[in-house]
Amino acid sequence: MITIIDSGGANIASIQFAFERLGVSAELSDDADTIKKSSHIILPGVGSAGSAMKRLKDLSLIEVIRSLTQPVLGICLGMQLLFDFSEEDNIECLGLISGKVLKISSNDKKLIVPHMGWNSLNITDCKWIMKNVPHLSYAYFIHSYAAPVGKSTSVMTCYGENFSAAVRQNNFYGTQFHPERSSVIGSLILKNFLEL
Amino acid sequence: MLAKRIIPCLDVKNGVVVKGVQFKNHQIMGDILKYALYYRDAGADELVFYDITASSDGRIVDKQWISKVAQILDIPFSVAGGIRSINDARVILNAGADKISINSPALENPQLINDLTREFGSQCVVIGIDSHEDNGDYYVYQYTGDIKKTRATARRTEDWVIEVQNLGAGEIVLNCMNQDGVKNGYDIQQLAKIRKLVHIPLIASGGAGMNSHFNAVFKNTNVDGALAASVFHNNAIQIGELKKYLRSENIEVRI
Repeated sequence: MITIIDSGGANIASIQFAFERLGVSAELSDDADTIKKSSHIILPGVGSAGSAMKRLKDLSLIEVIRSLTQPVLGICLGMQLLFDFSEEDNIECLGLISGKVLKISSNDKKLIVPHMGWNSLNITDCKWIMKNVPHLSYAYFIHSYAAPVGKSTSVMTCYGENFSAAVRQNNFYGTQFHPERSSVIGSLILKNFLEL
Repeated sequence: MLAKRIIPCLDVKNGVVVKGVQFKNHQIMGDILKYALYYRDAGADELVFYDITASSDGRIVDKQWISKVAQILDIPFSVAGGIRSINDARVILNAGADKISINSPALENPQLINDLTREFGSQCVVIGIDSHEDNGDYYVYQYTGDIKKTRATARRTEDWVIEVQNLGAGEIVLNCMNQDGVKNGYDIQQLAKIRKLVHIPLIASGGAGMNSHFNAVFKNTNVDGALAASVFHNNAIQIGELKKYLRSENIEVRI
């Protein structure tokens, strides 16, 4: 069973539809037992880090998520929440991946923000969710904060400077881009995730 | 590198895709889902569905088709038309749209931009601007979906783009009305001027007639994408061919 954690974001429908296109159904839930029993879990997120963490806290899901051992995929803000801390709202996040999420363009005031559109994936770990994804494939990004490149980075993308476009730490995976909106490449990544 | 986006705009009226030449004499073009699939397969980077009747009729777009589009599309799309409140926006985003685009209601109530970005994040909120050159200056026009209701506002385009950015908008689509539908190319002068004023993504709209117009707008203005409607709908420009040409001109595009 695939569960999408109901983190209150507005784009959850498009993630559900992406799984439907793969022929599987994904259930939306904020129930701890349902989440724990799932084989695969999606942590989506649209909105701000502060409001998303508050919602997870109000639902008593922070410890639940931290203790998961099955594959978990954070998408966009959901990936950022996996880190220690986000500069957006200056909030402590889930702490599953070490590092801080920073505002894009702090070093380049001329950079256009949000980083919006299709950018290329510099894949440094072509296993796991990135299996068979061609190097320099395009994926769809839409975000104003990003995680710097670190030990958990499996894909880098350059916008002003390199940032983490995908990460992996044990059973926790994350994509800064939106696989549900990244054409056939995105479908392949979601399919790879389901095969973990 | 971030690719320049090619964005077909599907003007929707009474549930079918229409096209407009300078927003007059709309002709029926066809089924929304058929077009969505066609453009997905053709290599569009993003789609805009614009209900041109919505604002001028005081009603919000019907949501059923939005969900159906979200089910079949694996590229992003935005929906425009008559979004006047957080609730209107939520319904559309929950149906699966990636972004909402606001035009006339933002002019009626600029605070709406701020309310929407606080609720959904800047990324979801696109501001559409219909800009017309009058006596050497650019002015924002309102209710452009209906020629009988279209009117100039007192707002200068240069002031309005800065205001919408300050209110938190995530992207601007600038439709240069003097160029719209006449296929003489994008309004490079205006777009270059506006590009320098704001640091959020800017999409060029109005005037595309041939491949070289896209090359010109990307080379001469730092716009993030170019939107067009009729030239794509009537196959005057094929997106696949356009992108090959742009790549040969060293413009970064997704192929």
